[in-house]
Amino acid sequence: MNTDHSVIFQERKDQIHRKGEEPFEISCNKESLAGAVSQRACVFCGSRVVLYPIADALHLVHGPIGCAAYTWDIRGALSSGPELHRLSFSTDLQEKDVIFGGEEKLTRALVELIDRHSPNAAFVYSTCIVGIIGDDLESVCKRVSGEKGIPVIPVQSEGFKGNKREGYHAACNAMFRLIGTGDTTGISPLSVNILGDFNLAGEIWIIQEYYRRMGIETVANVTGDGRVDDLRRAHGAALNVVQCSGATMDLAKMMQEAFGIPFQRVSYFGVEDMAESLYAVARFFGDRDPGIMARTQALVKEELSILYPQLQKYRKALSGKKAAIYVGGAFKAFSLVKAFRLLGMQVVLVGSQTGTEEDYQELHEITDDGTIIVDDSNPLELSSFLKEKDVDVFVGGVKERPIAYKLGVGFCDHNHERKEPLEGFIGMLNFAKEIHASVVSPVWRFVPRKTAGRRG
Amino acid sequence: MKKSPAPYVSTTNACKLCKPMGACLAFRGIEGTVPFLHGSQGCATYMRRYIISHYREPMDIASSSLGEKHAVYGGEANLKQGLQNVMAKYGAGLIGIATTCLTETIGDDVPMIVRAFRKEMGEAVRSEAIPSLVNVATPSYSGTHMEGFQAAVRAVADQLADLRERTEAVNLMPGFVSPADLRYLKEILQDFGLKGIILPDLSETLDGPAAQDYEKIPPGGTPIQQIRNMGGSRATVELGRTLSKSATAGKLVEERFGVPLHGVGMPIGLRETDGFFQILEEIRGVPTPEKHRAERGRLIDAYVDGHKYVSEKRAVVYGEEDLVVGLTAFLVEIGIQPVLCASGGRSGHFREAIEEVTRDILPLTPLVREGVDFYELAEEAETLSPELLVGHSKGYHLAKRWNIPLVRVGFPIHDRFGGQRILHLGYRGAQHLLDRIVNALIEKKQADSPVGYGYI
Ligand code: SF4
Ligand code: SF4
Repeated sequence: MNTDHSVIFQERKDQIHRKGEEPFEISCNKESLAGAVSQRACVFCGSRVVLYPIADALHLVHGPIGCAAYTWDIRGALSSGPELHRLSFSTDLQEKDVIFGGEEKLTRALVELIDRHSPNAAFVYSTCIVGIIGDDLESVCKRVSGEKGIPVIPVQSEGFKGNKREGYHAACNAMFRLIGTGDTTGISPLSVNILGDFNLAGEIWIIQEYYRRMGIETVANVTGDGRVDDLRRAHGAALNVVQCSGATMDLAKMMQEAFGIPFQRVSYFGVEDMAESLYAVARFFGDRDPGIMARTQALVKEELSILYPQLQKYRKALSGKKAAIYVGGAFKAFSLVKAFRLLGMQVVLVGSQTGTEEDYQELHEITDDGTIIVDDSNPLELSSFLKEKDVDVFVGGVKERPIAYKLGVGFCDHNHERKEPLEGFIGMLNFAKEIHASVVSPVWRFVPRKTAGRRG
Repeated sequence: MKKSPAPYVSTTNACKLCKPMGACLAFRGIEGTVPFLHGSQGCATYMRRYIISHYREPMDIASSSLGEKHAVYGGEANLKQGLQNVMAKYGAGLIGIATTCLTETIGDDVPMIVRAFRKEMGEAVRSEAIPSLVNVATPSYSGTHMEGFQAAVRAVADQLADLRERTEAVNLMPGFVSPADLRYLKEILQDFGLKGIILPDLSETLDGPAAQDYEKIPPGGTPIQQIRNMGGSRATVELGRTLSKSATAGKLVEERFGVPLHGVGMPIGLRETDGFFQILEEIRGVPTPEKHRAERGRLIDAYVDGHKYVSEKRAVVYGEEDLVVGLTAFLVEIGIQPVLCASGGRSGHFREAIEEVTRDILPLTPLVREGVDFYELAEEAETLSPELLVGHSKGYHLAKRWNIPLVRVGFPIHDRFGGQRILHLGYRGAQHLLDRIVNALIEKKQADSPVGYGYI
């Protein structure tokens, strides 16, 4: 079946590439097309995602109620202790605040909430209208910080100032203000900060445990099960390991510049990338601890010896099936392509909301001919691609789910709402289980797309 | 009665959503309609996610995707381009344009832009049918999603309704109820031999069957042709006691076309449903059909059978005002004591409506709180030792904290399956609610008992 070309906007044609048809070229990092029902969120969303897991901080959304209400406890970022991050705080701006300015209300709300919860820091997010009415967040935060004796940090996340990427950047700027303000004595020379892992379903604990077995201390879980005090002393770590390049790469770069801390890009998804990430970190510490590589190899070997036999059953059932991927950031897509390959599956569509040119270049390199690569897609396009490629399972988030289901296609939630850990070696097994559970379900045989030819 | 505590400045865990979301939901209930938000991309995406998580159905909301320069210079060009794109790709019969906080604050004159757009389009494509355009102002800094919902319904009536011919039809404005409720309302009208124009009608658009294709716009919804002749109907029935005290679509149609309006409470429980059926009897001039009288009889029988399990139980009820009024009417009938009736809404008529539905049974009006968030609700409820919560799923954290059952009703239901199929209205809905409440209390008793009763 061919794509229904009528669903593709002229303006978006160069944001879609079919591998093998012509030399690789894709346009991306553009503003979403008006009226195209982009799957993207906003700057605020990007900031909120990154900072959200800092569990002992107060996260106050300065704006009308919606922005805060829609982000109340919707992410699976777990905390091992305080859970202040799971509450939704808003200044709930009213008409008079919009007319006369919201600074006064913000100040009083901050003081009230800090008194009530005694957080270790507070982040204040600006939303679209705050950018318009021109409240001076910086000065309000400074004043309240002086009064309350905790860091109160503005996050410049007005929604319209770009997409999630700008939000990541604003979040990194905010976190950077904390870094370097704590005491670093006693930190091991073999130490890392974990950046870009959000501890969804407890994933960071799995990764931390791997590092611990390698002999490495984690100083700060920057974006998962995070703590203000850990962030303050994060500059004492020897290395930043950065996953999800889009979200926290800026922070790693800032830390490199200011504190000379090198960084290493990693991915904890899929067997290949997981193992290679650990090896890369081991190589980094190789001259400080000659035994680390052997320990890491032993760890990987042990994990694989448990994992591989269990994977076989799924591989067998899934081999030859077709998968589609549409995720927020492209980095995850790389690992997913490889993970599907490990399961013997073929990726026929891969896209992201906010990938960069280099990201898409890399996707182009690792995918097979015929694969559709797409930037900032929308439901009409995605549904037509799913049909064209006769996909068996679609990996995405909540907004992609009904597209798959209406077409009678299996689905795997790989977004921030997931409740099953998909990182690490155990995560690969969970991933295989989840894909399997959806693909082999008997329900598909009843859906109209499958029965259409059969019943009159 | 206890005095209201001094109001807090900050909002924690809001018990309301934002105005444009209500408008988008209402627009979704009109045939061939694409909801369109004039604002930044983020709002549309957040709302889609939120709505999809409840209904598990596609929910495309287009956005004019304003960026920074539009926030400064106005969003007119993007709005027009967005409308054109939606027309081109979705083939919409109607585009429902709701503003957001951003565009209200920058002061875009949407009615003017829409008029200009119509003119331009009219000249350009005179031959082709262009969709109807309805616009509604929905700044979230005044009002909640319910005001947005009702404003959209009124805007539709205002901008589309006409009197073309006198008919025997009845306009029914049901408010924000579930697809299951809507299907049941249709059945009732049909049994009365009444032709109904239900505005809006989400029964199919947000609870559709499996399909062969991804429908650009889901089938179903109030037919636009019918809306165009609402002024010719014999009567209008509008559900909701607090609603009836504001400027509604029903009043507009009454004032403009002389269609008599009957405002009744949401028909939840026996008495409110009796009121609803009585209106239908009057309009149609026939008694309630036997089928429904039998359902009523069975309901009373069940009231008796179940009363010991529920009698004098202390309940906290929260959610949208008219829903809470209806639920409270029902709860007091079965002997439950609503110790707190709360809503994030602030229509100003909530207490009065609660009084109206409880006064013939309760000597004292229950505690009523409007404009609350879950922090205030919890603080208040804690002192009242509730044994049961009745509301949407955002109150789950309290049910968990207090170890009491939560009977889920309304919207959103994000932590259970089938929220779109919950029946609240009419004799049948009361029967369902009763069964669920009785069983929730039995289950609690059974779970808490060391005996392990197999017979309760
Ligand atoms: S800005 Fe307004 S419309 Fe947008 S999500 Fe926030 S409250 Fe809702
Ligand atoms: S108002 Fe702005 S910040 Fe809030 S959700 Fe919408 S786009 Fe994002």
